[in-house]
Amino acid sequence: MRYQRMLVPALALVLVVVPALSARAQGEEVPRGPTFAARALQALIDGIQFGVIIAITSVGLSLIFGTIHLINFAHGEFVTIGATFAFFLNVSAAGPGWHLIPAALAAVVFGALLGGAVDRGIWRPLRARGTGLINMFIVTIGLSLLLRHVVLVLYGTRPASYAQYDIQSTIDLGPAGITPRDLTVTLLAVLVLLGVAALLQKTRIGTAVRAVSANRDLAEASGIDVQRVVLFVWMLGGGLAALGGVFFGLVEIVTWDMGFKLLLLMFAGIILGGLGSAYGAMVGSLVIGVVAQMSTLWFPVDLQYAWALLVLILVLLVRPQGILGRAERVG
Amino acid sequence: MDFSAIVSDALRSGIGPIAAVYALAAMGLNLHFGYTGLLNFGQVGFMLVGGYGLAITVSTYDGPMWLGVLGGIACAIVLALLLGLPTLRLRADYLAITTIAAGETLRLFYRSSWAEPVTGGVFGLQRFANDFYALSPIDPGTYGVWLVRFSSRDLWVMIVGWALVLVVGGLLALLIHSPWGRVIRSIREDEVAARSLGKNVYAYKMQSLVLGGVIGAVAGMVQAIQVQSVNPDNYDPGVTFFLYTLLVLGGAGRILGPVVGAILFWFVLSFLDSALRQAIDAEYISPDLISTSEVGAVRFALVGVALILLVAFRPQGILGSRKEMLLSGR
Repeated sequence: MRYQRMLVPALALVLVVVPALSARAQGEEVPRGPTFAARALQALIDGIQFGVIIAITSVGLSLIFGTIHLINFAHGEFVTIGATFAFFLNVSAAGPGWHLIPAALAAVVFGALLGGAVDRGIWRPLRARGTGLINMFIVTIGLSLLLRHVVLVLYGTRPASYAQYDIQSTIDLGPAGITPRDLTVTLLAVLVLLGVAALLQKTRIGTAVRAVSANRDLAEASGIDVQRVVLFVWMLGGGLAALGGVFFGLVEIVTWDMGFKLLLLMFAGIILGGLGSAYGAMVGSLVIGVVAQMSTLWFPVDLQYAWALLVLILVLLVRPQGILGRAERVG
Repeated sequence: MDFSAIVSDALRSGIGPIAAVYALAAMGLNLHFGYTGLLNFGQVGFMLVGGYGLAITVSTYDGPMWLGVLGGIACAIVLALLLGLPTLRLRADYLAITTIAAGETLRLFYRSSWAEPVTGGVFGLQRFANDFYALSPIDPGTYGVWLVRFSSRDLWVMIVGWALVLVVGGLLALLIHSPWGRVIRSIREDEVAARSLGKNVYAYKMQSLVLGGVIGAVAGMVQAIQVQSVNPDNYDPGVTFFLYTLLVLGGAGRILGPVVGAILFWFVLSFLDSALRQAIDAEYISPDLISTSEVGAVRFALVGVALILLVAFRPQGILGSRKEMLLSGR
C-alpha cells in the first residue's frame, strides 16, 4: 500500500487544519499583533528546533529496542542525568565551574559510560538469568524511579539555567526570529543526527548494529559479536541522550524531571517513525516536535504535549508499524 | 526516636483507606497484567476518570451521587475501549506505551485552563463527598485499638473500601475459575495457542481491559471520597508504578496478591517514611545528606529498588507461582 505512507502526514494536517477551520467558523477574535502567517512560521521554527532535540534523545531509545526488543523506560533519566551532570560541572558551587562546552562533552562521555554500565551491570546478568522481556521492561521502570529520585535528592527541585548563553537577543528573520543559541543548537543537533546516520551506514560497527536489529540470530550466526553490538548501542544511546539533555536544558531549562516529560514525546516519535528504526525515530520526533509547537497556534500551551500523545494513538490506529517501520505483523 | 509513633503510622497506612484504595486499583491491574498478560501502565487514568466522573457530576452539575458513580464507570468503559481498539491487536509493549501516554494526556487535559470550567483545572474539585458521609452509621469521634486511631469518617471510608475489596475479590475469584477465566489465563500463557483453538483473543482481551478498568475507576472514586477532593496532580504516572510494585510484591496472578501487597507495601512505606523523618529530626542521619523535604524522594527511590529486586529475583512475589509469571512478551 503505497498510499498508506501518505496517511500520517494527512492525519497531521487534519489535526492542524480542522481545528483551525473550526476556530475560524466560530468567528473567534484573532488576537492583534503578529499576523497568523508570522506566528505559524515562528511555531514551525520552534517546532523544528524542539523536534531535532527529541530526535537526538530518541535515536538511542529506538536502536535499543531494535537490538534487544526492550523498551527502556529509564531513557528519560539518561537525558536528565546528562543535563544535570553538565549543570554540576558548569554552574554548581561544588563543581569545578567549567565552561559549558567542555562540560557538555564530559556529560556525553558520562552518559555513554552510564549506558554501558547499565547494560553490563543490569541487563546482561538479567539476560543470562533468562528474565522475560516483560519483566525486564518492569525493571526499567524501577530503574527510572530510582534514578529520577536520586537526581531529585542530589540536584533539588529548582529549575535552573546554564551559566553561559543564557540571555540573548533574537536574530530577526523577517516575520519570525531565533536566538543565536537556539540556531546553533538546532544546527549542531542536525549535524549530530547526520553523523549518527553516517555511522550506521558507513562504519563496520554501524553495519553490525543494523544487522542485529534486522535479524539477531542471523547476525550471530554470521559471526557478529551481538553482546558487543548491544553494549555499543547502549553507550551510543546514553551519550546521545545526555547530549539531548544538555541541548534541552540550554533552550528551555534544567529540571529534575525533564527527561521523564520528554520520554512520552520520544515514545510518540519512535512509534510514529516505526519502533526499532533509527531513521524512523528521527523523522517521527521531528513531526512530534512540530505538532507540539504548532498546536499552540490554536490551543492553550499547557495542552501542547497532549496533542503529541494523541498523534501517537491516531498513528497506532492507522499504521501501527509507523511511517518507516517494516510492514510486518506487530500483533 | 519514638517507636510507638512509627509503628502507629505504619499500621494506620497498612489497614487504612489508602491501602484499601490501592488494593482495589491493583485488583483491576491484576486482572490485566496478572491474569491476561496485558501491560496496562495507565491504571491511574482509570482512577482519574472514576474520581472525576463522580466529582464533576456532583460538584459541577449538582447531580446525585449514584449518577456520579455510574458516570465514572461509564467513563472507564469508554476509556478502555479507546485504549484497546488500536492496541490490543499489537504487541504487548504498544499497549504499555499507549496506556501511559493516555494516562498522562488525560491528566494534562483535566488540568488545562481550557477544561477549567468543568474540571476545576489545576485547582481540582471539592465538596462532592457529603452524600457519602451522610450515609455513615458511625457516630462522630475517634475510634481505635492499641496504637491505631481513626476518625469516624476515615473509619466509614475504610469499612466501605475493604468491603468493596471483599466483594470484588469474590467476583474475580468466581470469574477466574470460570471458563472465561481459563481463556484469559491461556491468553497470558500463549496467545497464539488460544487463537488457534478458535477463541476470539481480541474480544477477551478487551473484556478484561474494560472490567479491570472499571475496578480501577471504583478505586479512584473511593480515593476521591477519602481525600474529599480531586486534583489532576494526584494522578501522576507514579501511582501506576506503585500499583505494579505492590502487585508484584503480593504476587500477580493471585486473587489475594494485590490485597497482601497493598497492606505490606503501605505498612513498609509508612514505616520507612516515619522512621526516616524521626532519624533526621534526632540527627541520626545528617540533614545535609537527606533533609526532611527529600524523604518523599528517598521513598520513591526505594520503591524503584524494590521493584528492580523483586522482578529480578522473585517475579512471583509472596503468593505467586514462578511458572505462571515467566512472561516473555511475545
